[in-house]
Amino acid sequence: MKWHEILVRYGEITTKGRNRNQFINRLRDNLKSTFKDLEGMKIRLERDRLYINSPSDDDMNALIERLPDVFGIQSFSPVAECATDLEAMKALGKEIVADLNYEGKSFKVNVKRSYKKFELETYELNRVIASHVLSELPGMTVEMKNPDIELRVEVREEATYMSVDVIPGAAGLPVGSNGKALLLLSGGIDSPVAAYLMMKRGVTVEAIHFFSPPFTSDQSLGKVKELSQIVSKFGGKIRLHVIPFTEIQQTIQQAVPKNVTMTTTRRLMMQVADLVREETKCKALVTGENLGQVASQTLDSLAAINAVTNTPILRPLITYDKLEIIDIAQKIGTYETSIIPFEDCCTVFTPANPKTKPRIEKMEYYESFTDFDEMIAKAVRNREIHDFPKKEVKADFDDLL
Amino acid sequence: MIYLDHSATTKPSADVMKAFVQANERYYANPASLHEMGVEVNILLNRSREQIAGLIHTEPEHVIFTSGGSESNNFLIKGIARANTHRGKHIIVSSIEHASVLETARALEKEGFHVDYVDVDKHGIVDLNNLKAKLTKDTVVVSIMHVNNEIGAIQPIEEIAKIVHEGSRAFYHVDAVQSFGKLPVYFNGELGPDAISVSGHKINGLKGTGIAALRKRTTIEAIIHGGGQEMGLRSGTVAVPQDVAIAKAARLAEQHRTENVQQYIKWRNAIHTFLDPMEDVYVLSSNEGAPHIVSCSIRGIKGEVIVNAMQRQGVIVSTSSACHSKDNQISHVVQAVGVPDGFARGVIRISFGQGLTDADIEKFKEAFSNVVKQVRGEIKTHEMA
Repeated sequence: MKWHEILVRYGEITTKGRNRNQFINRLRDNLKSTFKDLEGMKIRLERDRLYINSPSDDDMNALIERLPDVFGIQSFSPVAECATDLEAMKALGKEIVADLNYEGKSFKVNVKRSYKKFELETYELNRVIASHVLSELPGMTVEMKNPDIELRVEVREEATYMSVDVIPGAAGLPVGSNGKALLLLSGGIDSPVAAYLMMKRGVTVEAIHFFSPPFTSDQSLGKVKELSQIVSKFGGKIRLHVIPFTEIQQTIQQAVPKNVTMTTTRRLMMQVADLVREETKCKALVTGENLGQVASQTLDSLAAINAVTNTPILRPLITYDKLEIIDIAQKIGTYETSIIPFEDCCTVFTPANPKTKPRIEKMEYYESFTDFDEMIAKAVRNREIHDFPKKEVKADFDDLL
Repeated sequence: MIYLDHSATTKPSADVMKAFVQANERYYANPASLHEMGVEVNILLNRSREQIAGLIHTEPEHVIFTSGGSESNNFLIKGIARANTHRGKHIIVSSIEHASVLETARALEKEGFHVDYVDVDKHGIVDLNNLKAKLTKDTVVVSIMHVNNEIGAIQPIEEIAKIVHEGSRAFYHVDAVQSFGKLPVYFNGELGPDAISVSGHKINGLKGTGIAALRKRTTIEAIIHGGGQEMGLRSGTVAVPQDVAIAKAARLAEQHRTENVQQYIKWRNAIHTFLDPMEDVYVLSSNEGAPHIVSCSIRGIKGEVIVNAMQRQGVIVSTSSACHSKDNQISHVVQAVGVPDGFARGVIRISFGQGLTDADIEKFKEAFSNVVKQVRGEIKTHEMA
């Protein structure tokens, strides 16, 4: 035995008032579904923290590796446990530090004595444990401010807990604690990052993707599925709605002047998305749009696109610089997939000079000659639905390797 | 013929050949292509990379497929040295490195790098104090091999890593071409090397296959520029069947390592026991060294003569290193470890690999005894036929 359990500190949840239990229970459920593969894992809830343990060492290590991806966790510490007994504490303290690369490091013991009846006072206990560790493990210096190794000892009546590492969590709120929204997922760099940021604030994400075969390939759809799979590791399930969009897109090309096809395309996407949103009971639409990045992302353009619906359209990336977005994409592991160069439906018919300041009245006028409603309803009806995370289907190369 | 020159190269295993042929027949598309055939091959390439990464404990993105050990050594040493000149321009190598490390260091000298050589003792083990003394704040690369290819000396790479990491900001590169499949070869965080070279054909894989691996994200420069394949570090259409072949060879080598090594140790120790009492025979290798390499010399006799005489009896051994076996020089390794007078030109190497039997080792002993008798004039050559 080494690590007895993992102490998980809640993120912002602790500041929530009466909804607190709802948040904590959501976090527990998310942990259960995220770590479904780790059988035997147990979760114990307390007011300010929860504890996870598993009888398997491998599972404990897997937990330590994967916990930083779960939202709603401020930080966590693998914790060892011993009896609230001086000799046991000294022994465990030494065992934990001995495991680290301690030589030449600075060291400190930080005792928190919740069990006030314990024979030694905090200061005494600090000194006794520290001097035991220092004499058993030579080569460390004592440093009160910012030591390399801080051995935290928490003395409670039922047991004493010790840990040395505080590993930062992903912070945010447990996914699902803030409702559900529908994300327009293109396959580029931005939209998966938008999904991640929404999840960070506790929103369950469903995704909608516009697919225009034969102009866009199965591989480009495969890429979107892969992105959904990657993003799903940050909290529960993602349902992906794939909309057959070819007919609408071809119609647009004939229906409106070339320089506003893109604006119309976006407006129709929003209408399709809004219908799906209604069916799926999502409360908002989410896009990866960002101010000024491309022609469709001017304020005028956003206004023209927005005009088709009253549903809130959330744009978590609106103020981000491209480099900031790329940083997050790399951190969450979507970047490499996003930059694989496949055409998506937005890049198939790109006009040479898209209008950067489309006017709403004009857009409505151009579009008034075509009845898109039936096409939209049909596209929504004929959508394909995929759920993530999917079990990985690996091509069978085992005989080769 | 009994082939005892596995340190020069090995015979590709049937499984590796089969995988190579199948990969060529079925997965010949370019993994960089967008079409589904390319995508499938790319998955196969990724799987090969993951398999190697798993074996040596690093991340797949830190595994670069190359054409072999020499290219890996060149790339890792030059690539890291050139990309980190802001840290300094000092390189340390041991005096018994493979030519592809020594000559790389010499080439970098021409670019303005300063190269220091660490001494070795008579067993070919680097002098750690000497290494410590030579480290400076300008040292960027330390390259010290795992197992020496001529005499089988094993270097204490974790101790070296500790010294390098504590005493400098240098990257520690290990040429593991001779050790992979015989000793555990893997990254171990700060406690181990930062870069490792592996060759396919030494482990029953194919010629022209190799791996250059890094422990973590490292500032490194490409040598081969072009389309940005292999994470931009080695351009050129990726040779996926070759990469499949080395992934397979590496897995098999690691899987059978323990059982193979047990046999090698038995044979090595038996040959040492056989050679030790022989007059006029000097043994360079030791029971502390690599399990698969025996190195010895007969006084006054050139290595080439022994190789020829052994061959006539159906046993293939080699002079100390195949690389410069033809230029008739005393090997730098033999010079570095210091061999008694009269033995320096006669060093031969016996190296084991898969497919050998106890009987083959007996046959070697018999042949060697005969050769010794021959050179002493106890048997006339024409009587031998």
